[in-house]
Amino acid sequence: MFRPFGQQRECMHTDITAAEKKDLLKRLLGGELPDEQGRFGPFGGCYAPETLIPALERLQQGIDQYLHDPEFIARFNNELNQWAGRPTSLTMARGLSNSWGADVYLKREDLAHTGAHKINNALGQALLAKKLGAKRVIAETGAGQHGVATAAACARVNIPCVVYMGAVDIERQAPNVQRMYQLGAEVITVQSGDRTLRAAINEAFRDWVSDPDGSYYLLGSAVGPHPYPYLVRELQAVIGREARSQMIDIAGNLPDAAIACVGGGSNAIGLFHGFLADEQVTLIGVEAGGRGTGPGEHSATLSSGRPGVLHGCYSMLLHDEQGQVQETHSVSAGLDYPGVGPEHALLHVIGRVTYTSATDEEALAALQECCALEGILPALESAHALAGARLWAEDNPGKRILIGLSGRGDKDMPVLRKVQGDGT
Amino acid sequence: MKLQPHELISEAIRKAQNGIALVPYITAGYPDKDGFIDTLKAVAKIGHVVEVGVPFTDPMADGVTIQRASHAAIESGVSLQWILEQLSAAKGIEAPLVLMGYLNPMLAYGIDRLADAAVGAGVCGFIIPDLPFEECEPIRAVFERRGLALIQLVTPATPDIRLAQLCEIGRGFTYAVTVTGITGEAASLPSDVTRYLDRVKLHSSLPVCAGFGIRTAADVRMLGTHADGVIVGSALVEHLEGGGSPEEFLESLLAT
Repeated sequence: MFRPFGQQRECMHTDITAAEKKDLLKRLLGGELPDEQGRFGPFGGCYAPETLIPALERLQQGIDQYLHDPEFIARFNNELNQWAGRPTSLTMARGLSNSWGADVYLKREDLAHTGAHKINNALGQALLAKKLGAKRVIAETGAGQHGVATAAACARVNIPCVVYMGAVDIERQAPNVQRMYQLGAEVITVQSGDRTLRAAINEAFRDWVSDPDGSYYLLGSAVGPHPYPYLVRELQAVIGREARSQMIDIAGNLPDAAIACVGGGSNAIGLFHGFLADEQVTLIGVEAGGRGTGPGEHSATLSSGRPGVLHGCYSMLLHDEQGQVQETHSVSAGLDYPGVGPEHALLHVIGRVTYTSATDEEALAALQECCALEGILPALESAHALAGARLWAEDNPGKRILIGLSGRGDKDMPVLRKVQGDGT
Repeated sequence: MKLQPHELISEAIRKAQNGIALVPYITAGYPDKDGFIDTLKAVAKIGHVVEVGVPFTDPMADGVTIQRASHAAIESGVSLQWILEQLSAAKGIEAPLVLMGYLNPMLAYGIDRLADAAVGAGVCGFIIPDLPFEECEPIRAVFERRGLALIQLVTPATPDIRLAQLCEIGRGFTYAVTVTGITGEAASLPSDVTRYLDRVKLHSSLPVCAGFGIRTAADVRMLGTHADGVIVGSALVEHLEGGGSPEEFLESLLAT
């Protein structure tokens, strides 16, 4: 039911004391966050238009009813195994280990069906949409990986699907657009706003506002109004669960550091959740440093943003003094977003996760190194995690490093061809 | 006794001559930044309450017209600060003003500071489409202390129990969103809109104003017997874009 009015409280203050930080981490580890109001400490919440509130309530009820229901979980796990190819491998990266003077392990989400971690969330939510009786699914996509994953999952559970994608991204991630068409999705080119992921999310919300009863909005990252950040995290937590037990089996121990790229932050939150309670594991999120530190040149929200509200949640945000959301840049479409998931904002302010950034150039170099030394073409997004890991390894020699290799780079051919020349 | 700002809104709507109040919306500083106050005065001559749109880069509940207006206004340097300065300096605006905009620019300005500045600028209330009931209390309380309205939106999808809650905490008027969708898009109003408005009226002790997708005198006539006022946004903005006079357009809406 709707929350009683008296239970609301001041909740947007972000100057948190050391004792509060400790308490928030404890509550997070105890599974108490997000709280009933959808808050991760000061962050999160549900800043959605009134038209969507009943639909968000239905989603919450669906989550309460199914997400921890043994039958639903069994179906989801079965599909993850048989259809999506889980568990994904943990690869000991010998070439990178030698090159960096570290023990490097790669969690291979690039090997999951459709080529990225996005399938975990898309499949889980598509099953939920079916349970909730949705007649169609709406999704947004930046790099196209979430669009492809949603198209595939919707085909699998037999629901029509519409994907909004910015015109800029359609150009730079063309192979994924073709894949979406092949999988039966309708792809709508977004010409409004900045014509990237942020504009695609705006258009997806506008579509959903027009049909909140019949449509299910399958949000692709750990952002948006409550309960999306929670739902996406729960569905992506499989990455960290698998990686933790694989590290113990294969490396014989937990990693000293676990490192993932952060745009909205879904693969990172999934990986980090496996290790939050392991105090000895340093957690590092790598944002897109783009081509500079000025406004519009990067997408490093946690490194240089301030709290604000975008797309239904209170989190860190790249916006100007007037509260207007800033343009962003990254060579990787999947990280090119001015916001970030509210749980990352919390992990940032309580200091459990360190957030750094890698530039376009560093990411491209890391991509090439991974191709050359490991025979793995990572997505440009994942290449940011590799670049961040390399820098950390320089400062911390001889350590065991786990890297979330969130996706494969086949989709990035148009960008790589453009920045590297033809190569033929 | 002097009326509170939120009461000025309710009074202006209740006192509308032919039984239906007109609540026009303009995006501040669009299409002509220099002409903002003149346009506003002209609109306020006919409108009983005027909504002044505060532009935001990501207006997710708005259709193409208000998206276009918002982006152009931001480009030309319109900000919440600028709007408040312009309104503070303006004299002789004949209708109570309501600021309508998304939460982030207001948070960036600071809610306490905003409430003070609003009182100084003669603003009587706010409409914030991405601030639902669940999240509004800290902000509503600040406005309430200064007698400012936080106008609540209700929609056809709002269940009765929630409708009652929203009507109870609302001030100024109850904003009944007529269509399930975004602003300015509806080709025609839904057929059951009058029944929905009657349901809202039943729960609301405040005047009820219908908004979204209202474009013609026929729309106004149809809604007039079921609502206390109508909100006209995108259609007016499009008329202004075409260089038309606001008075003429607004008067044509009230023609019987």
